[in-house]
Amino acid sequence: MSVLSARDLRVWYGTSRGPVRAVDGISLEINAGETLGLVGESGCGKSTLGRSILGLLPRGAVIDGELLYDGQNLTELSQRDFRRLRGPEIGLIFQEPMTRLNPLMRISDHFKETLEAHESSLTDEEIRRRSLDALGGMGIPPTRFRQYPHEFSGGMRQRIMIALTLVLRPKLLIADEPTTALDVLVEAQILQILGDLKKNADTALLLITHNLGIVAESCERVAVMYAGQIVEEGAARTVFSEPAHPYTSELLRSIISSKTTELHYIPGAPPDLADPPKACRFHPRCPYAMQVCAAKDPIEVRAETGQRVLCWLHGPEEEIPPGGKAPLEREAIAVAEEA
Amino acid sequence: MAGGQQTTSLRTYALTRLGLALPMVLILLTMVFLLLRVAPGDPITAALGGRLPPEQLEERREAAGYNRSLAVQYLEYLGNVATLDFGETIVDNRPVTRVITQNGAATLELTVVALFVALVVGIGVGLVSGRYRDTPVDVAGRLFGILIYAAPVFFLGFLAQLVFAQWLGWFPTSGRASPVTSYDLDTPTNLFLVDSLIALDFSAFSDVLSHLVLPAVTLGLVTGGVFIRLIRVNVLQTLQGDYIEAARARGLSERTVMWHHAFRNALVPVITVVGLQVALLLGGAVLTEQTFNWPGIGSELIRYLNNRDYIAIQGIITFFALVVVIVSLLIDLLNAWVDPRVRY
Amino acid sequence: MARPSLTRLFGPIREARGVPKWVVIAGIAITIAFVVFALFAPWIAPYDFDTYRTADGVRFPKQGHPSGDHLFGTNVQSTDVLSRVIYGARTALEVVILAVIFSLVVGLPLGLISGYFGGKLDRVLLLVMDSLFAFPYLLLAIVVAFLLSDRLGRGVMTAAVSISVVYVPQYYRVVRNHVISVREETYVEAARALGARPRTVISRYILQNVIQNVPVIATLNAADAILTLAALGFLGYGIQPTDAAEWGYDLQRAISDAGAGIWWTGLFPGFAIVTLVTGLTLLGEGLNDVLNPVLRRRPIQAVILPERQSRLPADEAGV
Repeated sequence: MSVLSARDLRVWYGTSRGPVRAVDGISLEINAGETLGLVGESGCGKSTLGRSILGLLPRGAVIDGELLYDGQNLTELSQRDFRRLRGPEIGLIFQEPMTRLNPLMRISDHFKETLEAHESSLTDEEIRRRSLDALGGMGIPPTRFRQYPHEFSGGMRQRIMIALTLVLRPKLLIADEPTTALDVLVEAQILQILGDLKKNADTALLLITHNLGIVAESCERVAVMYAGQIVEEGAARTVFSEPAHPYTSELLRSIISSKTTELHYIPGAPPDLADPPKACRFHPRCPYAMQVCAAKDPIEVRAETGQRVLCWLHGPEEEIPPGGKAPLEREAIAVAEEA
Repeated sequence: MAGGQQTTSLRTYALTRLGLALPMVLILLTMVFLLLRVAPGDPITAALGGRLPPEQLEERREAAGYNRSLAVQYLEYLGNVATLDFGETIVDNRPVTRVITQNGAATLELTVVALFVALVVGIGVGLVSGRYRDTPVDVAGRLFGILIYAAPVFFLGFLAQLVFAQWLGWFPTSGRASPVTSYDLDTPTNLFLVDSLIALDFSAFSDVLSHLVLPAVTLGLVTGGVFIRLIRVNVLQTLQGDYIEAARARGLSERTVMWHHAFRNALVPVITVVGLQVALLLGGAVLTEQTFNWPGIGSELIRYLNNRDYIAIQGIITFFALVVVIVSLLIDLLNAWVDPRVRY
Repeated sequence: MARPSLTRLFGPIREARGVPKWVVIAGIAITIAFVVFALFAPWIAPYDFDTYRTADGVRFPKQGHPSGDHLFGTNVQSTDVLSRVIYGARTALEVVILAVIFSLVVGLPLGLISGYFGGKLDRVLLLVMDSLFAFPYLLLAIVVAFLLSDRLGRGVMTAAVSISVVYVPQYYRVVRNHVISVREETYVEAARALGARPRTVISRYILQNVIQNVPVIATLNAADAILTLAALGFLGYGIQPTDAAEWGYDLQRAISDAGAGIWWTGLFPGFAIVTLVTGLTLLGEGLNDVLNPVLRRRPIQAVILPERQSRLPADEAGV
């Protein structure tokens, strides 16, 4: 059952240099009890996507398209209506847990405030019980309920944040790089917790990260994002074993493991979203770029292996002009041509 | 990774802080001592030089101990301070401690009410300015803050007297109370507001209050002007905090986010700021007292300065130094109570 | 690391939009106006600051209303208020420029050394400066003025030194804090690792960085110093009235006039103080807003979205 569905979603930021096309026409779907991974390099727009679902965009940002949740189109929602959604329906877990809790408020105060805002009929005792339950599920003992944020380590603060988000039992949880700021051991714990969500509560999870490893471990489906667009999306297993988009395969080849003998990297730098490359945005860096890639915007198709992909290598054939399949002539990209 | 730091108890922090206050007191006292011995000659001659025959001057000098070495005088000075013995003024033989309690009370009354006005004005305008950043409201608030700061307290006092006392006749121009009230009222604490309440004399209370309004509001406005900018900047910085965004993401109403998270956190440094402003307030009090003929310790200081009464000057300045250290200590303690991260 | 220069200063000013730019311009305009008054006082002011009668020996009216001859009226000593206001600008600028220079000359090096070398010297200096800083500044200035007036008389020098004593701790603190944060920067660490001597490190890296902040601090400091000078003058510890005109002293004389309804003797000197201090503060604050990137908000161009073009295959594209 679909919890969230996006179609042709665009989020553009206003800046002094002109509009930045952080999210430029993406479509995806998340179902109940499912974990969708959203991967991409820094600055590809994945955080923006996450925030736009909650309506937490900065001033000067414009949103357009279809973003359906529970029958409502979130792109047209007022801030007041968003406040009703944020928390009980859609939750957000942030990247840096160290600064996300109010240093002057006890943990108990955070929970009390959140529960009172959304479920005003609860008694103090019920609030306390639910808070302790949520914290207990994260491994935080009740003895520490009345402590202050600075008395906890980074990993524990992230767990508290997750508990604070889950105490409202949202249907959709967005995790924006939840483990990036934490060390690997803590990361494993957090991933386990997120994994348990599926089983226990049928919560849908959108896991935003640049770390392919944790996606492979935790997600059923994965969407790969590049320069504001989703270039590939499908079952995680398929995408990782038989990547359809050159960017995905380049990413996978760049991963270092114990078998790595030589560093592989993608030449060039991620594009400036204020002025992205014409047609296919990856063509300046793609090892398989063809003439058509620099001439026409690619159209989304389904690869043979089942995933959706945005790449001329997979067609559709009818749309490619004659000669379009010839390799693209490019100057060698100098390493120094970084932004 | 181990857990975060544990909070020290407030008591431990207080004791540590007290320990740190002592060097500061010592430095201030030494400075006061040296400062007043920079001038050539001795205080007695300076004050009474032309007015007494030489033998009497010599007697007085011996009695006051100015013939002995500097080191001995210094130690004696420190000892006196510890026992709160500030000696007697040269020109009118008043015990300096009496000057401090009587006139000090007048200054205390003035500064407390002024501080209250300053906080209301400063916090009110600062919060609103920060909340509605870059709107006309904000610009107006900031401009108001700058103009208030730029206006010397004695100029505002002059205008206040001109407009409210002279032209409109709403308030008296000077003094703490009308002659009748001064004569009738019993003043055990020397805080006239308190004394009139104790005596349940409400006409005296309103008389004293009406005398207090112009000077306290003037001094309060000027001090408040400085708060405005500080609070506004705090609000702006707090609003950029990550926990503000996290609070919004939990669906809290904008009002809750503003009041519980933004404003409350923005005001925490205010306590420190207020502490720093106490020094400013004391300086402003001296000016205000001169403007409104307020018989506080500031105007006494000026009087003794004009008479070159070194003993009185030393005593009063020492008192100010002690007040500053004590207030700074209290502020730090208050800060530690409010913000648990401060207690190391 | 690029050397700071005037272009780096003016660049952000030109870029700034909206309020901060106008604030800086207003500040500059006001300040320049007063500087002109100060420099050209003898030519601009109708009379000298202590002239109390005409060339024929006819005494000016005492506490005379503003009129054709005396645009701002006269005060109780029959001197022309307008002239005293203009000459007051000269006094104010003289004293304040001296005071700022003195404070800089003492505070900057102390802050640099204290911040860079740290250790015992730093701790002692810090304690002394903090104590000085905590003390009510006006009382400090009065006492110093009082003591110096014995030796140096009540002139511009005494006033300037008294005021600078008050501000040395502030310069010291700001410079020291800045030096400490710059000292920890990696490029300084790199320089030291390459064997640079302390003197080189300080003058080449740290000083340049610190000097960038000086214009803002000095401007705001000057604004405050004018208030301190006026306060000293008001209390009678400023400049000798026979030596020069001073706004604070005039206001002291004017307080008793308020009771008689005479408003011009106090209003104009007071306005002069407010205007000049506001001008300097606007200049300093405006510069700070423009140069300090922490709270700066860049102007945002509105976004206009082009028509939606679906990338989905024709059968799946919705509208």
